Amino acid sequence: MAQTVLHTANTRGAADHGWLKSFHSFSFAGYYNPERINFGALRVLNDDFVTGGMGFGEHPHDNMEIISIPLEGALQHKDSLGTTATIQSGEIQVMSAGTGVYHSEYNPDAANPAKFLQIWVFPNKRNVEPRYDQITIDATTRNEFVQVLSPNADDAGVWIYQDAWFNMARFDAATTKTYQLHKEGNGAYVFVLKGSIKVNGQDVDTRDGFGIWDTDQFEITASTDAEFLVMEVPMQF
Amino acid sequence: MINILIICTNQPIAETIARLIDKMEDWHATTALSLNDALERCYAIKFDVILIGSGISQEHEDVLNLHIQKLNVQTPIVKHYGGGSGLLYAEIYQALA
Repeated sequence: MAQTVLHTANTRGAADHGWLKSFHSFSFAGYYNPERINFGALRVLNDDFVTGGMGFGEHPHDNMEIISIPLEGALQHKDSLGTTATIQSGEIQVMSAGTGVYHSEYNPDAANPAKFLQIWVFPNKRNVEPRYDQITIDATTRNEFVQVLSPNADDAGVWIYQDAWFNMARFDAATTKTYQLHKEGNGAYVFVLKGSIKVNGQDVDTRDGFGIWDTDQFEITASTDAEFLVMEVPMQF
Repeated sequence: MINILIICTNQPIAETIARLIDKMEDWHATTALSLNDALERCYAIKFDVILIGSGISQEHEDVLNLHIQKLNVQTPIVKHYGGGSGLLYAEIYQALA
């Protein structure tokens, strides 16, 4: 029988650094909740708001698959691999930190905030050579799951060092679809960006997170027009 | 005082982690940039937590585990992920729990 967990939006950790407001679905930096460490290999889900013209100065990362999905505005990225890039709403960025990489991220628009999801997934291999990639997401398809990440370099979306699959979805109200998990032992964490959905009958509202595992499929019905992200990850890693 | 050893071959990252640990009241960080360096320090000081950072192979981690068992100090050895402040404190709190 499927097991589930619901993390409502108002139970997330919150941090306000003035230029950065962040909501943490799992323990991060100064927010520590031993009941909210991870969902399988999904370790970080931060919902970030960066004031215009501000950003993260140069800082290191290692041994983590770091995925950024801008929701509004843009972020200018520079790293020690020599990458200089701007990612904006409608794109997805991935960085395998591996043996170590330094990067900075700024909101290049002085007048408007940037809003983005920062997602960290434990890698299935430590100390890999650091790498960076970004692609444009299909933002037009409705009422289907749109794959934006997988473990396979030749599959749709970006790829990471983990048996994980991410799908973005924009559903019209009353649309119902079944999500089929790709791999035995995986679970899925559904994060709602806009609107409300039901996952196997459970109401999940805007910015709520809902985890489901010990199943090979589940049903999602849009209660309203809705946008959401399905993050399928190994539960043991 | 909580003594924490970081083993990481990437010196700038090791120093960043040490700085973040030393910001916490009653926590003290020591860095080791190689297995041999880490073993020397483990025989000199009883650490409360050992963090395995980037660049340390599983083979070296296994050797470290063996030496810690020989010392019979039951120091938790945990893999550090992320290379910065994001996960660091939770990893240490969990190791100390």
